[in-house]
Amino acid sequence: MVVGSGPGGLQLSYSLTHLGVPHAVISADPAPGGMFRRWPFFQRLLSWTKPFAPFERGTRFYERYDWNSLIPDDDQHRAIQPRLMDGTSYFPSRIEMEHNIATFARETGIRVRYGCRWTGTSRDGEGFRLRTTAGDYRARVVVFAFGLAEPWKPEIPGIEHVPHYADTRAPETYAGKRVFIIGKEVSAFELANGLLPWARQIVLASPRPTQLSVVTNSLVGVRARYVQPYEDHILGGGVVIMNASIDEVSRSGNLFRVKTTRSDGGGSLMFEADDVIATTGFQPPLGDLPELGVVSSGRERIPSQTPLFESISVRHVYFAGTATRGAAGLKKNGIPSSSGAVHGHRYNARILARHIARTYFGIDPARPTLKRDDVLDYLLSELSRAPELWHQKSYLARSLLMEGARGIVDDGIVPLQLFVDGEGPDGVAVAVEANPKAEIYPAVYVRKNNVVSEHLLPTNPLLDFETAEHRAQLTAVLAPIL
Amino acid sequence: MCDMATTRGELGDKLSSLSLFADLSAAELESIAHIVDERRFGDGERILRQGLTGSGFYIILEGEAIIRIDGKEYGKLGRGDFFGEISVLLGDPPVADIVAAQGLHCAIIPGPELEPFMIGHPQVLFRMLKSEARKLRMATSWRT
Repeated sequence: MVVGSGPGGLQLSYSLTHLGVPHAVISADPAPGGMFRRWPFFQRLLSWTKPFAPFERGTRFYERYDWNSLIPDDDQHRAIQPRLMDGTSYFPSRIEMEHNIATFARETGIRVRYGCRWTGTSRDGEGFRLRTTAGDYRARVVVFAFGLAEPWKPEIPGIEHVPHYADTRAPETYAGKRVFIIGKEVSAFELANGLLPWARQIVLASPRPTQLSVVTNSLVGVRARYVQPYEDHILGGGVVIMNASIDEVSRSGNLFRVKTTRSDGGGSLMFEADDVIATTGFQPPLGDLPELGVVSSGRERIPSQTPLFESISVRHVYFAGTATRGAAGLKKNGIPSSSGAVHGHRYNARILARHIARTYFGIDPARPTLKRDDVLDYLLSELSRAPELWHQKSYLARSLLMEGARGIVDDGIVPLQLFVDGEGPDGVAVAVEANPKAEIYPAVYVRKNNVVSEHLLPTNPLLDFETAEHRAQLTAVLAPIL
Repeated sequence: MCDMATTRGELGDKLSSLSLFADLSAAELESIAHIVDERRFGDGERILRQGLTGSGFYIILEGEAIIRIDGKEYGKLGRGDFFGEISVLLGDPPVADIVAAQGLHCAIIPGPELEPFMIGHPQVLFRMLKSEARKLRMATSWRT
């Protein structure tokens, strides 16, 4: 059973189907697209699709430059997103993205029971019984691909007066208003950016200092697309950015008063505003999963998962889509996975499909063998081009295993954590990694006699990892197992 | 079983009960609750890996962590204990595995953010230093 028809649910269904795994997909929505049927509020994504890229459109390597298309196993249905873009931006509009998802579902024949809402879950023998608005389903394995769809607001006195990001009005209705935005993450800056031509004053406040992706050198922080309000603030325009906790919101007629305490010890500040908006995030609609025993972590209540996207506390309950952020991986140098976005979790879904096929249905996905003389070229090419490794740095890896009589087996793209923490035949996993200095470099993990060693290779100004230096270093690193 | 997710307010409360944060005001604790990450680990999952770079600083909120070197267990850490700081501060890979047990739940500061965090919160730094001093005393007492 798969619950959800956003990119996560559809990608998983596609991959399960192509492995021959029987399954059903249900969705409360009337059509595919998930959150992209409604958001982002200002109707344009922050994930790019580059129509003209170093690799030919419609190839696997092109996926590195197309963050938004779903990933088929054949070339025919690759790169749907750039086909649908009008050329005005390399960030697709929301409607172009929704169209992209729907086109993939239609052209690849994904079957979904739309208008069918999951309402409850109980154990049924070794499996589960899912109650839905269209009757009960029984399944051995359940995958929830429900996204982060429930608006969440913190417990602040008076917060009930404050609309959530999800309830933001049309931008022109904020013309000439003083707008107070609770929050300083991406959605706060998206609203502030969109309201720049309308609002008289914009205040953004939350305890945590603003982080910018171009400063953290990662996807952590406000993305470049929405940095304009920050520049407006530092140059003394109409935007105020505050590090402060929100103590109370009160409303008197059309006027809001927001009481804040500065995080730097600077005391209390009271703001008057015509509008207040809480951009405090979303949570997954967990329903009764906590009662089933599914544990979550943090403010966002994302279920805690194993490296293969299974709940750490309830066996046979898995997750796909944005919720796979709960399988955090190694998070080396503090850099998180990209599983919160399509370009990351589309690969997680493919891995999960292989795992389900192998574990529950006895279907062994193809694992080709490799000649010894081809190993170096293959790994260096993957390190330079593989979209899975580039989108999921320090998280997904290409793994080769030395399987005795079979020889050198390509074990496919695997979670890096699974390789470094798991036991098995001697082998190698290669990943692309990054550090806070904005260096991107290859990493090689060699497992011999169940002891894993890490080898970080040098970066390269053109991100070319097929140089003589890389070849020589990889040769030396692989010597103990080849 | 209840949903064990925590709000920022609850996380602030949890941090306030740990000796590491005993000197901080409520406002400072709330600020820290917004800075740190949180994570629950499956029993048996590795958190720090002997010889692998790029780890972070972990503070135990619940559960236990087992210290393991070359596969041999050397001790356990519990609520309020912390680990990973030596590797981050020295820039060297951890010399031990740290493995989750008993429903481990940690607050986490990513490695690159630890130094600014410590400089920005000298009371926490002082508490950490005292803890390190105790560890050093214990280590040297074993030798004598």
